[in-house]
Amino acid sequence: MQNAFGQPQTIVLLGGTSDIGLAIARELLSPATRSIVLACRDLDAGEKVATSLRTDQVGVDVVHFTAEDVESHGDVLAEIAAKHGDLDVVVLAFGMLGEGDVTASDPLAAARLAQVNFTGAVSASLATVVQLRQQGHGTLVVMSSVAGERVRKGNFVYGSTKAGLDGFAQGLSDWLAGTGVNVLIVRPGFVHSAMTRGLKAPPFSTTPEKVAAATVKGLGAGRRIVWTPGILRPIFVVFRHTPVAIWRRLPLG
Amino acid sequence: MSRSAGFSVSRKSLTGWGRTNPSVADVVEVLKSDVAAAVKESGSRGALVRGLGRSYGDAAQNGGGLVLRLAGSASDASLDTAARTVTVSGGASLDDLLRIIVRRGFFVPVTPGTRSVTIGGAIASDVHGKGHHVDGSFGNHLVRMSLQLADGSVVQVSRSSDPELFWATVGGMGLTGVILDATIHLLPIESSRMAVDTHRIADLDSLFDVMSVDDDKHRYSAAWIDLVAKGRHLGRSVLTRGDHAHFDALDAKAQVTPFEYDPHQLASVPPLVPRHGFLNHATVTAFNELWFRKAPRHRLCELQTISEFFHPLDMIGSWNRLYGRPGLVQYQFVVPFGEEDTMRRVVERLSASGVASFLAVLKRFGAANDAHLSFPRPGWTLALDMPGGSKGLGDLLHGLDQMVLDAGGRNYFAKDAHTTPAVIRRGYPRLAEWQAIQQRVDPTGVWQSDLSRRLELVPTHSATRVRRASHT
Repeated sequence: MQNAFGQPQTIVLLGGTSDIGLAIARELLSPATRSIVLACRDLDAGEKVATSLRTDQVGVDVVHFTAEDVESHGDVLAEIAAKHGDLDVVVLAFGMLGEGDVTASDPLAAARLAQVNFTGAVSASLATVVQLRQQGHGTLVVMSSVAGERVRKGNFVYGSTKAGLDGFAQGLSDWLAGTGVNVLIVRPGFVHSAMTRGLKAPPFSTTPEKVAAATVKGLGAGRRIVWTPGILRPIFVVFRHTPVAIWRRLPLG
Repeated sequence: MSRSAGFSVSRKSLTGWGRTNPSVADVVEVLKSDVAAAVKESGSRGALVRGLGRSYGDAAQNGGGLVLRLAGSASDASLDTAARTVTVSGGASLDDLLRIIVRRGFFVPVTPGTRSVTIGGAIASDVHGKGHHVDGSFGNHLVRMSLQLADGSVVQVSRSSDPELFWATVGGMGLTGVILDATIHLLPIESSRMAVDTHRIADLDSLFDVMSVDDDKHRYSAAWIDLVAKGRHLGRSVLTRGDHAHFDALDAKAQVTPFEYDPHQLASVPPLVPRHGFLNHATVTAFNELWFRKAPRHRLCELQTISEFFHPLDMIGSWNRLYGRPGLVQYQFVVPFGEEDTMRRVVERLSASGVASFLAVLKRFGAANDAHLSFPRPGWTLALDMPGGSKGLGDLLHGLDQMVLDAGGRNYFAKDAHTTPAVIRRGYPRLAEWQAIQQRVDPTGVWQSDLSRRLELVPTHSATRVRRASHT
């Protein structure tokens, strides 16, 4: 159970090696923290990260988790809850970017992206919610993206998975009203991280640390949606209402 | 959601008085006779009884589990005037009880700063009041209780029949069973008025001195400290000390109705207040200044009513709403005598932090009782209310916890909303002893609360309890 200041005792990262997920875990660390669970595909990579987080006070557990293996999600989350007790904050941090042009012309790669970013995220979210509802409290943080707010041609497969996920998370949040379970939707812009390494950064790009700070602030304030950086919210209001003829021609990559 | 037995269940979001950190539970309104049947329905998240929800943090919450609301009033209380005891339902409030016994010339042995607490809650938190230095805490005056155990049986517990269970239940935060009714010793009084002495004290050191010298001459004593004041005003305070007024002290008019008692609310805070509440640094500073200025430098033997002296905040209904959406956090700790310096450093840190602390109360505790998890111990206790949204408050309190522990002190379960299992283990060295008794009466882990999970007071039995639930 988190305390009155929203300092969680147990933090779970689905996508345990995600730069943004780890930055959020570090930002949430407080004297109240007891355990961090890194659920990830690559156990070796997870173990490396765990070593850097582990202290006398904070136990770090690495658990095998694969986004596409939706059949395992229920068991994975149930085992985490059985071992660690109440899950205070669960961050849905996994996701793939894909190479825009390649994915567009490669149906299989596109389908795999959708399986991870949307299908896997939907399944993992609902498996998490089963646990959170049983405990009557807890927050699921869903890493959405501004890319889903108006999908652009340069990475429309990725953008569409995030659009789907964002819509799912909004509906989930409404469906959970009154259960004690909260959903926080985070919509970052371009984030400098392992996922975007080598890509040219657009204006208003940000860092995992800044996304984490905005996320934790949003958690404390009980927000439903966090835009980070905040300037992207008015920008995307304009983008959403830009006529197609112009939108198509915008040099947004 | 409805269940087969004759009681109804509804899902509700619950918080403590501080209105922080909600969790959702199945809330069941029960009569004493239904408690066992209701508890049988509990699953892996267990059950807990909740009184009037006046503990500040998560002590009376049980997210995902059952929360029992025990119906109770003092109308069936049985007063034994010869033995000076009353037997009263665990779900009855001190308010109910006072309305019956004051007119008969008796007072409760201990009252906290509000009368909106149940008898069961007063025992489970082993509450204290302004009289601790003389009278000790609530458990000191408990004669016996009937306790509904996890297995459905009801046992009569007194300090001679089962001293372990008696003292594990006093201060046991509801984790040993449900207190169905209790017999407590009462205090005979000659009138319903209080004779009160008030002194304005310039700083913290003078306050320690004054309280150390002659606190014991008064049954009740507590000081209000202005923690917003800095520099040479640090720790300026208003000390009020009182006793139940003798009949002779009343004027002729009051002598006609010496036991008149009619407490009422002056006003109630509406449910809608601004998002950030009304209490911020500016309003609290202004309030504290006014409070200090309006207090007389010295005033002796002023007659006050019971509610004016003991329960001033009860005059404003739902005052916790003044803190707005972030709610409030109360921090209360005790440090032993001789650790005045630690108290001073804590006060300095709070004052320097700029946190707007409204109504800090300093009090001298007397002897501890035998309850394993009872909070009071000889020393100084400070309680302060702060807006839950204050920046950096979480880290500040974790820091203060270490100072308090290093001084041999501890903090109070009924107020706690932030601390950690490690801090509790240092502050309550008899926790393991208590846990052994708790395990004896609740081996399958029926009694659980958000507080018990957060502070790891009882082992989690998820595996056993799931099995048990699946058989039913």
